[in-house]
Amino acid sequence: MKSVEEKQNSIQQEQGLWMFRKMVQIRKFEDAVREIFARGDIPGFVHLYAGEEAVAVGVCAHLTDQDFITSTHRGHGHCIAKECDLKGMMAEIYGRATGLCKGKGGSMHIADFEKGMLGANGIVGGGIPLACGSALTAKVKETDQVTACFFGDGANNEGTFHEGLNLAAIWNLPVVFVAENNGYGEATPFHYASSCTHIADRAQAYNIPGVVVDGRDAVAVYHAAKEAVERAKRGEGPTLIECKTFRNYGHFEGDTQTYKTKEERESQAEKDVIQRFIQYLTDEGIASKKDLDRIENEVEREVEEAIRFAEESPFPSENELTTDVYVSYPTDGGGA
Amino acid sequence: MGRTISFSEAIREAMEVAMSKNPDVILMGEDVAGGGGVDHLQDDEAWGGVLGVTKGLVKKFGRKRVLDTPISEAGYIGAAVSAASTGLRPVAELMFNDFMGVCFDQLLNQGAKFRYMFGGKVKTPVTIRTMHGAGFRAAAQHSQSLYPMFTSVPGLKVVVPSTPADAKGLLLTAIEDDDPVIFFEDKTLYNLKGEVPEGEYRIPLGQADMKRTGSDITIVGIGKQVHTALKVADHLSKQGVEAEVVDPRSLSPLDNQTILQSVEKTSRLIIVDESNPRCSIARDIAALVADQGFDYLDAPIKCITAPHTPVPFSPTLEDLYLPSTEKILSAAEEMIGETLTTV
Ligand SMILES: Cc1ncc(C[n+]2csc(CCOP(=O)(O)OP(=O)(O)O)c2C)c(N)n1
Ligand SMILES: [Mg+2]
Repeated sequence: MKSVEEKQNSIQQEQGLWMFRKMVQIRKFEDAVREIFARGDIPGFVHLYAGEEAVAVGVCAHLTDQDFITSTHRGHGHCIAKECDLKGMMAEIYGRATGLCKGKGGSMHIADFEKGMLGANGIVGGGIPLACGSALTAKVKETDQVTACFFGDGANNEGTFHEGLNLAAIWNLPVVFVAENNGYGEATPFHYASSCTHIADRAQAYNIPGVVVDGRDAVAVYHAAKEAVERAKRGEGPTLIECKTFRNYGHFEGDTQTYKTKEERESQAEKDVIQRFIQYLTDEGIASKKDLDRIENEVEREVEEAIRFAEESPFPSENELTTDVYVSYPTDGGGA
Repeated sequence: MGRTISFSEAIREAMEVAMSKNPDVILMGEDVAGGGGVDHLQDDEAWGGVLGVTKGLVKKFGRKRVLDTPISEAGYIGAAVSAASTGLRPVAELMFNDFMGVCFDQLLNQGAKFRYMFGGKVKTPVTIRTMHGAGFRAAAQHSQSLYPMFTSVPGLKVVVPSTPADAKGLLLTAIEDDDPVIFFEDKTLYNLKGEVPEGEYRIPLGQADMKRTGSDITIVGIGKQVHTALKVADHLSKQGVEAEVVDPRSLSPLDNQTILQSVEKTSRLIIVDESNPRCSIARDIAALVADQGFDYLDAPIKCITAPHTPVPFSPTLEDLYLPSTEKILSAAEEMIGETLTTV
């Protein structure tokens, strides 16, 4: 990952290429998961991040392995943007012993603390107070670590959102709250479920800055996140960034999305975030089409390797059922 | 007349009957209709519940009585509790019982205790429908079976049906009951088909059902594990051992008498449940029999439960997590063997 200084200026070539690579990794990873899930090789259910790549990548571009993120049920993109290993992720989603969580967590619970990735989350809004906790650790230990807290528009109606923002505000915690407003929580539109016009408006109630950005524009997210991360590092406390985004697929795989009109689906799909970023990179002379094609090909292979790795990996051994419940516990502790 | 419908259709029918009979019965939950506020879905649903259990109800009863809620469990479960104590009879769906963590106070400290704290002056006829159960590959936060926790709370009633016919009759009773009832639905049973009477009928809470009679061993199963118990009983029968399978159907109230009478007859007891073993319904029933039926027993009581671990994601581990026919059979064989040689 890049050094902190390298990330301080606006999009430099190396940074731009890193962002492009991550966005393509997310897209190709998710498209692969979608296909594998459809043929029945992935157990359970999966929530795909395709379409929202610009958010995770634009934010994580400012973070190092020492910084933290908390995530959601739609967490693959956050993991990839935070540099989690694709092989370990894919194996986890397949439920294999070589997965990042030994196959015990699955798609909704991928975590890699060495990368500062504190866990996807099966509980909507569950990650918001957790982000306050990692930020508190940084504050008490006087490090300059920042926590980025990702959550969906649906989560902003949970009590944890309100409690978390207030806590971060009164303790002046180094958190960047990133609301990923894709317009829906499952099959319920944001405008029905939320009394506010913008999630960012709710920042006012907690006396912290709230900004709205086009979450489909990686450059806009990048700049908004840069400011918020710097602010947090200066000890000036939390910021709420609302990214207006769009999920390309259903809430989970199998969702027919009758709550979206055909026009909505088609018009949004045209505005692909990756195409838009390619346009930016080539217009600005940051990268040539050739560079980008090369990266795409590399990523294609990385994803194929991740799949092969997962498929060739063993399932966890039987004894894993009862390990890892505690750090220590007497074998005859009544746990039966 | 009975016809064959699924567990999920049976549950829907109970809600339909209750709503048709009583305008105070309303339904709420996340995407119980789906598509709230979407122009082209005014009186139609986008989902009808995340697994389709409430399908069609918004079309029949309208959005005034079938409310999509924000993802605010503490908010709407609490609202359902208080709407119940002020004149409505809400059925609130808490999608997965695991999310109880978000809204527990509204049940534990509010709804469950109103009647007692307020000196018997209040009724809180709310029903919380919620999915439980492992085997769906849904991992640690979407697979638990948390009914023992609720069973331990005075003031709450707890129902765990195992068949379509039971589900319908019990849910209708639950909705019409004047106390708060938590109604647990195993998501892996939704497609289970069974014979279900048309129209209205009720099954009282606190009345166990003998799913099979036998004189050699009693197997008490909870929810889906009733079916595991029945499979084991078939297997045992081929070896000349007749198991009696008791389905308590409601855990609070619990039909102590039926369980004790069965053990009096068979002298042996296995309890099969997929929730975690500590402070569980399995051990609760074991304690009941140890306390009030000790003299009937010819062998130690066996509890076949999940281990003391969260639910793992990996299919191979999740299969091990659940009680299996093999585990129950070996417990049964051990008990029979033991008792046969000592008798
Ligand atoms: C506490 C809790 N309530 C409900 C759910 C079920 N659920 C899972 S994802 C989801 C929608 C979340 O919407 P949003 O926060 O907008 O995120 P998105 O899926 O759009 O990324 C719901 C209701 C849950 N997992 N946890
Ligand atoms: Mg959303």
